[in-house]
Amino acid sequence: MTQTLPTQPPHTPPRRHPASSGERRPAPARHRGLGGLATRIVLLAIVDALAVYGLLALAADRSWWMFGALLVGTVAVNAVYAGKRHVPAKYLAPGIALLLVYQVYVVLYTGVAAFTNYGDGHNSDKPDAVAAILAHSETRVPDSPVRPASVVARGDRVGLLVTQPDRSVRLGWAGHPLEPVEQPVYDAGGRAVAAPGWLALTYSQIAGRQKEISELRVPVTDDPNSGSLRTADGISAAAYRSTLVYDHDADTITDRAGGVVYRPTSDGVFAAPDGTRLSPGWKVFVGLDNFERILTDQDIRGPFLGVLVWTFVFAGVSVALPFGIGLVLATVLNGKRLGGHRIYRSLIVLPYAFPAFLAALVWQGMLNTDYGYVNVSLLDGAHVPWLTDPWLARLSVLAVNVWISFPYMFLICTGALQAIPAEVTEAARIDGAGRRQVLRHIKIPLLLTAVTPMLIAAFAFNFNNFNVIYMLTGGGPKDPDAPIEVGSTDLLISLVYKLAFGGSNRQYGMACAVSILIFVVVAAISVIGLRRSRAFEEQT
Amino acid sequence: MRSRLLLPAVLAATLLATACGGGSGGAGNGDKTAAPAASGQAAATGSLTVWADDARAKPLQEIAAAFTRDKGVKVKVVQKGLGEIRDDFVSQAPTGQGPDVVVGPHDWLGKLVHNGVLAPLELGDRAAAFSPVALEAMRYEGRTYGLPYAVDSIALLRNTELAPQAPASFEELLATGRRLVDEGKAKLPVAVPVDPKSGSPYHLYPLQTSFGCRVFGTKPDGAWDPAGLELDSPGCLRFAPWLRGLGKDGVISTSLTADIATDAFLKGRTPFLLAGPWDAATFKAAHVPFAVDPVPGADTAPARPFVGVQGFFVGAKSANPILAQDFVLNYLSTPQAQRALYDTGGRVPAATAVLDQVENDPVVAGFARAAQAGVPTPNLPAMDGVWADWGLTQLAIVQGRGDPTELTTAMAGRIRAKIAAG
Repeated sequence: MTQTLPTQPPHTPPRRHPASSGERRPAPARHRGLGGLATRIVLLAIVDALAVYGLLALAADRSWWMFGALLVGTVAVNAVYAGKRHVPAKYLAPGIALLLVYQVYVVLYTGVAAFTNYGDGHNSDKPDAVAAILAHSETRVPDSPVRPASVVARGDRVGLLVTQPDRSVRLGWAGHPLEPVEQPVYDAGGRAVAAPGWLALTYSQIAGRQKEISELRVPVTDDPNSGSLRTADGISAAAYRSTLVYDHDADTITDRAGGVVYRPTSDGVFAAPDGTRLSPGWKVFVGLDNFERILTDQDIRGPFLGVLVWTFVFAGVSVALPFGIGLVLATVLNGKRLGGHRIYRSLIVLPYAFPAFLAALVWQGMLNTDYGYVNVSLLDGAHVPWLTDPWLARLSVLAVNVWISFPYMFLICTGALQAIPAEVTEAARIDGAGRRQVLRHIKIPLLLTAVTPMLIAAFAFNFNNFNVIYMLTGGGPKDPDAPIEVGSTDLLISLVYKLAFGGSNRQYGMACAVSILIFVVVAAISVIGLRRSRAFEEQT
Repeated sequence: MRSRLLLPAVLAATLLATACGGGSGGAGNGDKTAAPAASGQAAATGSLTVWADDARAKPLQEIAAAFTRDKGVKVKVVQKGLGEIRDDFVSQAPTGQGPDVVVGPHDWLGKLVHNGVLAPLELGDRAAAFSPVALEAMRYEGRTYGLPYAVDSIALLRNTELAPQAPASFEELLATGRRLVDEGKAKLPVAVPVDPKSGSPYHLYPLQTSFGCRVFGTKPDGAWDPAGLELDSPGCLRFAPWLRGLGKDGVISTSLTADIATDAFLKGRTPFLLAGPWDAATFKAAHVPFAVDPVPGADTAPARPFVGVQGFFVGAKSANPILAQDFVLNYLSTPQAQRALYDTGGRVPAATAVLDQVENDPVVAGFARAAQAGVPTPNLPAMDGVWADWGLTQLAIVQGRGDPTELTTAMAGRIRAKIAAG
């Protein structure tokens, strides 16, 4: 909603070009000075240096997609700005870069996510899920103590040096059970820190080998049931037993206790034959499942039509009414006859200066049934349920949204009216048209041509006006008997929010799918609207 | 000329942003390989990122500074909105760009574990330092995932000038409140904050439990059982008509928002307020004479408010697992750190030693007693779907939109269906 207003002043005389005789216009600078070239080189160098840093970082992180994108981008930037050619590209490149980052990438991401089961319980890839399942199944051996321990190293191998309560010391490493150590080295606190052949690791060395150390499991004895020691903080260790084992080759997880085998399913979880599932799962492509659910789920289809109709009403009224009010005010205040019209104009624009969501929150307080300003002060203590009765709530939501949006329409109309050349209206007057006729046949048609694209944009905006609804009523009041949590003032977009995030799980994939469907609806309306108004056609 | 200079500058800025975005993960990797295997040099030993909301960020910064001094580990405390931390953590942790440690309430646990983004914490002997309700809250499916530091719960705030005696039951409370209203000394017999959009399950829970109405049943080990929804138990079916009675009499109103309720108590317009510890400082500053007691029951069973436990969690995909665990287990668990968190935050401490030190503060002691009577808010992932239906049904009951018993039964059916659907 940041359209620029037409800024051409109304009474500018046509610009006269200076007579060519005698006067010499300075020749355009064909070759720029050395300073310009140097600046360009320095700036390009800085950009390239940053890009190289980014490329190295991305390569270290193995983010090959981002690496490729940055590489292509850097090459393109150099190609465009290094030479003297590609002048249009020089102007377009920054815009295109921003477009790619902020629009195309987001749209593509939404498009891809709509075909996945991305959401709570499926938020990462399979290796992460396996790691989380195994970590969660690792439980401390009952009644086993947490013992002081030191991380020690011999060459590449790390081990755990455990001090027993009786000051005897044991040492073990991966696959090698604990065994007694002779002549250990103790620190001041009585904790063993080194053993013959094994060096204590300093804190920074531990920090440098964290992954290795946190993955280290030292068997307590040869009996697997006694568990394995592991350290979480590098200074203590306890024995843990894992009930689940992941078989990498078979791609299954087996429960050692009951012998149950969990296999990966097509919807991205490990499941046992009896249907028990291990949490978390991982992200997988689910094809058209999300779309299918939206179109076939009775809970969604039931309220969908009602919400769709209300959304059209809301968006339509939210454009038509503010536009009407804005147009009337703009026409009235455009004339210079009204004293102090500048002050009025500033006052009218005030609601526009409020952030919309803040205005909605303030209105929510003012419309409170028992304590709100409207009922208590304006209606002398009446208890009108502005936001809790279905029809009044719809009315209130519309009224507040009109209040929020009419200043914008007023600004647009004022700008468009002022852009109509005075010559046109003067000519109409001379031809004998009255004030009203001029307005109806000259000004309004000209104004509509100018503002129609903005009206369509405003419609699309209000079609998805989540803030006002969410802040004022939260979509409610809700019919307590309805199967899903859909209220009288819910728009499609707030319905999506509740569908995707209102249940016990956040379903991002599903939300993306519904947004795509909404986009199709809005896009269709916009295309039809623009076609009919011919607003974007070149005027001949 | 100017525009020619401007364009590359804008581009440079854009690329800089891209490079920074991708760079932090790489920097982490660099740290890992940079530490020499054999040399004993204690240089920079890595860095930790902690996400905290504004109330927690400041006290954490001081403790983090001590950790940096002692261990040479840089700790970056990132201040985020409390509402964003949980969902951002879930979506960012898998990318490897998530935080090493987050601060938040225990009822996030289910969702975080369900998404595999939390590492279990082994408190060991340190567990003995914390109150049982705090430890219970930090457990999920039999494992501990968080180090507690503060507990919140609803208590009864009483204006001691208007009501010098603590009421023994909710009935007595109402009698006192109504008498004061009749005498013209107060406007409301009691202020129970209700959100007009989402109801008030949290504030009403102590009253509801006094009817024997729990949200979920419990498993043998005391953990909440997601399969055992009890919101339509006989106790709940007695609570619903009682609640409607309060709504009919205007004792509970769906337009009395938290702001209005707090304001009423602040201005002495009501003798009683059901509230958490959040606004206690405001009342103190305004010299409202008030005392804090546990919420009295309205029926025979004990009134048990929900207890929220604030704690520290370690990310499962932290690039610095040992440092993060060391910071949480060996630094934040110390009485000094817990005391420092209390001193700046003023919340009821979860560490019993710290609680003993500050028990001469009547407000803290009052909220501590209220919390001891309480039960941890369920940390099941299913709770997300429970709150909405639960609160909306309460609104309908208070406003008399339908039969209270039928509304309650229908709500329980819907919630069961939601939980079953996942």
